[in-house]
Order: sequence, then C-alpha cells, then structure tokens
Amino acid sequence: MNNILKKCAAVGLGGMAFAQPAFAAPAAVANPGNNAWMMTSTVLVLLMIIPGLALFYGGLTRSKNMLSTMTQIGATAAVAMLVWVMWGFSLAFGSSPIEGFLGQFISGGSYFLAGMSAETTAATFTDEVISEYVFVSFQMTFAAITAALILGATAERMKFNAVMMFVPIWLTIVYFPIAHMVWAGDGLLFAAGALDFAGGTVVHINAGVSGLVLAYLLGKRRGYPSEPMPPHSLTMTMIGTGLLWVGWFGFNAGSALEADGFAGLAMINTFVATAAGALTWMVIERMAGHKGSALGFCSGVIAGLVAVTPAAGNSGPFGAILLGIVSSIVCYFFVAKVKAKLGYDDSLDAFGIHGVGGIVGAIGTAIVYQPFLGGPGDGSTGVGTQLWIQTEGVLVTIGWAGIGTLIAALIVKAVIGLRVDPETEVDGLDISEHGERAYN
Amino acid sequence: MKFIIAVIKPFKLDEVRDALGSIGVAGMTVSEVKGFGRQKGQTEIYRGAEYSTNMLPKVKLEIATSDELAAQVVETIQQTASTDAIGDGKIFVFDLASATRIRTGEAGDTAL
Repeated sequence: MNNILKKCAAVGLGGMAFAQPAFAAPAAVANPGNNAWMMTSTVLVLLMIIPGLALFYGGLTRSKNMLSTMTQIGATAAVAMLVWVMWGFSLAFGSSPIEGFLGQFISGGSYFLAGMSAETTAATFTDEVISEYVFVSFQMTFAAITAALILGATAERMKFNAVMMFVPIWLTIVYFPIAHMVWAGDGLLFAAGALDFAGGTVVHINAGVSGLVLAYLLGKRRGYPSEPMPPHSLTMTMIGTGLLWVGWFGFNAGSALEADGFAGLAMINTFVATAAGALTWMVIERMAGHKGSALGFCSGVIAGLVAVTPAAGNSGPFGAILLGIVSSIVCYFFVAKVKAKLGYDDSLDAFGIHGVGGIVGAIGTAIVYQPFLGGPGDGSTGVGTQLWIQTEGVLVTIGWAGIGTLIAALIVKAVIGLRVDPETEVDGLDISEHGERAYN
Repeated sequence: MKFIIAVIKPFKLDEVRDALGSIGVAGMTVSEVKGFGRQKGQTEIYRGAEYSTNMLPKVKLEIATSDELAAQVVETIQQTASTDAIGDGKIFVFDLASATRIRTGEAGDTAL
C-alpha cells in the first residue's frame, strides 16, 4: 500500500491516506466496481479463515484435536470481528488522529463505528473512494485472520477459554497498534517509508512472533518430540491450502483498495510467487534425500504466499518468483533443521512459516521493489536505504509483538491459566473441551 | 488337505490371484495386514520430523487346498509374488483337519 501512497503524495494527492477517511471529499460517491471488488475481497479473506486456515491447521493436528483447532480459529475470528467494530477500528484507523507522540502508535474516534453511515466513504490510493462500511469490513477480516494464525503455535494444548481471553487483549495491545504503525498515514513505520502492501509485518511476522512467545510460555505438548505426532489428515490440509491460496487474492489484490492495475499486479504476483514457493520446497526435499511430499507442497505454498504479501503490489512478477523461492528455502531449513535444535514446540509452525517467511518477504520487498528487478519503485530510494527501513519495520514488529504477547499471555495465565490439564491433553481437546469427536 | 497362509506384497495380489485361479484354486480369503520381517519398517517425514514405523502393510492370503494341489500352490505363489527383493513375504503350510461347506454340509475335498 505504502508505495502507492507515496506516489500519490508525490503527485499532489497526499492527504488521501485511508487513515483519514472522514476527510474525503463530501460529495464523493463510491464507485460500484471498486466497491464490488472490495466486498468480494473481504469475503475471500473470510474464506481464508473458515474453512481455509481451519482445515489447513486442523489436518496437521492429531485427530483428537481436530475440532478444538478449528473451533478455536472460528471463535477467535468471531471475537476479533466484534472487538473490531467496538474499538479495534478506532485504535487502528479511527477518524480522530491523535496529535503528537502517541499518534504514531494508535488513533482515536469512531468508537462503536460512530459517525458512519451507508453514505460515508473511505479514501483509496487515488481520487476514488469506497464505502466506509466496506473498508471497515475488509480491515476487520485482517484482524481476525492474524489472531487466528497464532493458534497454529498453540494447537493441541491451549485452553479454549484462555484463547477467548487472550485474543481481545492481544488485539488491543498488539494488533491494532501495529496495524496503525504500518498502515495509517501518521503511523510510525508508515512515516518511515516502510513498504508493506498487504500485511507481511502486521499479519505474518506479528502472528508468527506472537505464536512463538505463546509456544514458549505453554511448553511442549506431552510426548513431544519423542512420541510421533504425524498430521492426521493431509487431505484436509491440502484442501485448506487451496482455500488459503484462493482467498489470498482477496487479501493481496484487495489491499489495492480498488479494482485497478495494482490489484492486477498483486494478483499475478500472488500466483507466481506461490507456485515458485511450492515447487522449491519439493525440490529441496529431494535434494535433502527425501521424497517430494504433499505437506512439502502445502508448506511451500504458504511460504510463497506469506513472502509475497508485503511485496504483492511492490514487486514485478519475476521479483515475486524470486521471493517465493528464497522464502521456501529459508522456511524449509528453519522448520526442518533449526526448530529441532531450538527445542520449542511450535505445533504447526506458525512462527516457522508465517514468522520466518514474513521476515524474508518484508526484507526482500526492499530488493524486489527496485526497477532493476522489474519492480514498480522509481529507484529514488536506494536498495541499502530501503533495506534498512524494512529491517527497522521488522525489528519494531518483532519487539512489539513479543513484548505485547508476553504481557497479554501473563495476564491470562494469572487469571485462568493457559494450558489444559494433562488428562484433557491425553484424551484430546475435542472430547474434553468441546464434548464432541471429529470422527465417529 | 493343507491350509496355506501366504504373506505377500500388496501390489502382487492380482497377479497371484490370477495365477492361482489358472491352476485350479477355487477360493481364498484375503486380508490387509501389517507386520515386519527382515525388511523392518519405513520412514515418514513431515516437515523434517522423521517417524519410522516398524510395521509395513502386506496382504495375507489364506487358502485351503487338497493335498495334491498344495505343492503347486506354494510354487505358484513363490514364483508369482517374488521380486527378488527383501520384503517379498513368506508362505506357511499347515495340515488341515477338516473342511465343511456351510450351505450343503459337504465335508473334505469336495467342500473346498
């Protein structure tokens, strides 16, 4: 998003940042074409969560924790949606920017969607507008999926009620401020010139790091790593992977906020980076002396999708392919080699793929943005400078997500505890926490 | 009468069945089983996490046959199911005390 915003500023369209939607021209009427695309994108992101992510993660767990994994994802998304319309949108993009230091981290106003109606609009990156309710809904789905992604690190052992208590606290002190910092006109990282088209830092690094912190606090699953815990249904995981990939077009191409050429660029990048990531993972498996696997394909798809997220509208197609390849290589070595040595239990590799792939994507965006790789950048910011800006964004996100998650998790731990008791864990969270079995 | 139990590689089942049919074996019981011998197990790898399973899937054939046909059945299974690699399986032969066709009550070779 940012690069387009910067371009707008350069040609005198500044002030149209969507952080101040209420300041759009009073007579502006939403273009039905753009509105239609953004409404479509919004439900595509919902498709990524349910059933996409639910099936992707669910298939990777043992069959006794299938419903727990999917239900936590669904309920987390539902909580995030309600929190979003109460105070989440306000803190991230509210209509009353806060002056001074604090304004770099959060916004204000628009509590309980005050001041919005079917007529109000939000600015895009050109002189177009979209309906404000559509913008609020679109951004709502991002908050929902980010919170749900964390659950991959905590799967098979975190209490349902702990998840329900953690999510609103985490959204408030971690997600909303980071979304503001990266995407709002007066945000800290936005102002620094960080490029994050669709949420490499806000969504993926954020969710990955938060998951890692929670995984450390929760401890390993009983029996990990000595006891085999193979995925119970890679068929489900493959279905989930397909739904995630399809939904990701709403996520990435929708982040253009219009049905324009940048949405088209994000679309083609979301195809090719992902394809490159998927094949690369399988090739590395072969080079490591194993068989090219279905889970390898799925993991490569996600590694490619995650890496291209910040670069979706900030890269040419071949830069995106490069990102997909590099992300797959780095994520493979992280989850297959490094993770085992570090000794934490990130059950479904939320950090190993979303966190690590997000870091590769965020930093790599500085390179693929450049015109010599076919990127849309004008070359006015050198690679070195942009690399530092991107790295700074990554470090701020890691620090904020890490500390914020620690605070949120310790609050929950003190009040109700994070982890299920040993009997619940052995019997499976499906029957113990939800009173149901996935398969009868 | 003899009772023959053969454990073979699953992909050889159709070939063995056809070959046994052509020498006059009228019926058999087939089940999917797991076990290990010299071949041990196989390794599964999920995102680098290796799990070795010590059981391998095989197919078990149970065949009741007349004394005259028994040697030929063993030979046919041995030749058809062999791939010259470890894990091809085993054949066991037992003496069979009696056989009864449930529908008619026939006993002995005529019940086979």
